[in-house]
Amino acid sequence: MGKTVAEKIFDSHFVDNPSGDIHVISLDAVFCHEITTPVAINDLVSRNKDRVFDPDKIKAVIDHVTPAKDSKTAMQGKILRDWAQRHNIRDFFDIGRNGVCHAIFPEKGFVRPGHTVIMGDSHTCTHGAFCAFAAGVGSTDLEVGILKGVCAFHYPSTIKINIVGKMPAGVYAKDVILSIIGRLGVNGATNKVIEFTGPAVDAMGMEARMTLCNMAIEAGGTCGICYPDMTTVEYLWEFIKDKYPTKEKAFEEFKKFSPDPDAEYHDVIEHDISRLEPVVTFGFKPDQVKPVKEMEKTKVDQVYIGSCTNGRIEDLRIAAQVLKGNKISDSVRGIISPATPKVFRMAMDEGILKIFMDAGFCVTNPTCGACLGMSNGVLAEGEVCASTTNRNFNGRMGKGGMVHLMSPATAAASAISGHITNSSLYRAGKEL
Amino acid sequence: MKNFSGKVLFLDKSDINTDEIIPAKYLTEISKKALKPHLLEDLQLNGFAQGKDIQGKSVIITRANFGCGSSREHAPWALEVNGINMVIAESFARIFRQNMFNCGMMAVELPGRTINHIFQVFSGKETFIETDLEKNIFILKADGLEEKAGFSISDFDRSLVAAGGWVEYADSKY
Ligand code: SF4
Repeated sequence: MGKTVAEKIFDSHFVDNPSGDIHVISLDAVFCHEITTPVAINDLVSRNKDRVFDPDKIKAVIDHVTPAKDSKTAMQGKILRDWAQRHNIRDFFDIGRNGVCHAIFPEKGFVRPGHTVIMGDSHTCTHGAFCAFAAGVGSTDLEVGILKGVCAFHYPSTIKINIVGKMPAGVYAKDVILSIIGRLGVNGATNKVIEFTGPAVDAMGMEARMTLCNMAIEAGGTCGICYPDMTTVEYLWEFIKDKYPTKEKAFEEFKKFSPDPDAEYHDVIEHDISRLEPVVTFGFKPDQVKPVKEMEKTKVDQVYIGSCTNGRIEDLRIAAQVLKGNKISDSVRGIISPATPKVFRMAMDEGILKIFMDAGFCVTNPTCGACLGMSNGVLAEGEVCASTTNRNFNGRMGKGGMVHLMSPATAAASAISGHITNSSLYRAGKEL
Repeated sequence: MKNFSGKVLFLDKSDINTDEIIPAKYLTEISKKALKPHLLEDLQLNGFAQGKDIQGKSVIITRANFGCGSSREHAPWALEVNGINMVIAESFARIFRQNMFNCGMMAVELPGRTINHIFQVFSGKETFIETDLEKNIFILKADGLEEKAGFSISDFDRSLVAAGGWVEYADSKY
């Protein structure tokens, strides 16, 4: 019988089967940030187990609150920093070199097809875009990952989503994934891996694929996965060129992790996007999704462009295209946070930051920032934010605040008009 | 092993997420105790009064997909420091469920119709639950009423509860 991607990865990393369908698998990487890791570190220290399984397979970043905003967050950073130093964790990214975890780790080439990755962060599913099994875990699983390089999961069951149809102009990966979550519901993929495939995914770059996989968790999914192709190879080439004689050889190797034609799925869904319009969330759950045009009267106080969902260079280019030559509404506070220093630098070199600043945006350093309402960009009660992030939970960006999730194009257009609006890129698409 | 019997807090809502269980702004806390007053602070649920309703409760009974959202283990910890070591629901988000057992706590699923029935009979009454881990039975009691409900947890989860969590288990084994 054929295997899915996740089944192949599990079988190649098998360590133990302690009971039922629980598989303990070996890990190729354990990612760490300063919010969920310090508690794991402290617990390891208190148990007299302050060890790491392999310092080269552990990658750490301070990204959620950086620069530190108060003594408590400064201490969280310090615990991570000291720990990285004492265990010789060389891939540790501190201020000046740090960026949002799920943007910076792929950018450094840390995730490869067939890899297993865990992190104390639910959006770890992002890295499945590279045909890896990457899952968010709690601090105890993280602790065991750090200590032993293993993690336990139920043997994976997979939903395959075949995304067909040509993406209309002005519609983006964010609209696609929101429409999928709207269809599945916040519980629709719980305990399931999602394979995203089909011509629409083949046509996407790695950044758009990361946007797709990033939000698999919002439907409850353990991991989102895309198949490896030449796009994957091109993205990774600078990191792997010493390992493979040619790009084709690398692809040959990666292809082993593509699913078998007779793999068995929990469900196979066809999702046609040829008529998809830009969409936006309207409530406190990411599956509450409507076309932008039905939400047009909604006034916004803040527009946030950034995060591990949509803070990459492609996202900034799209938003800049909409903003170019425009000013944002006087009633809107615009905040843009490029997800990594590399993205920041590219945006600077390409003149994108100037477009944002000319339009009236505040440009912050790379950080999670407003996304989880822990530092810059917290909303006051009753305020509304048009946001390119991935979570609209009640209180997420500040108590009593409302977050509407949308694509960078829609967010930029909404900043200009002061209320939720379709971007000119979409209208242009319609006229074609 | 932790205690899995006591008074029940009923939360009649599906999809209660981790931001509702413990808001992100408290993730800067490094001690579990500091989370105590903030459990379910942002939960919007008619008739739910945070401080008063949590006080003295040991078990939560709720609907589907409890604990969805972030991976924060602060969610089970916020329950634990309030004396709540068990949640019974129609279903759980994967990470939350695993976090509970990793901490030696219990997250037990019952079929939707059983949960419905429990809500119909007991919700609104001062309810006490007794957990028999040997026979795999819950005994619910309120106002002279008494009902039993069977449950199952995997051997692996059971060994985590018995070992007091995943760290000790894994370090001795792998
Ligand atoms: S940007 Fe937001 S969702 Fe992404 S890792 Fe940071 S806090 Fe989490």
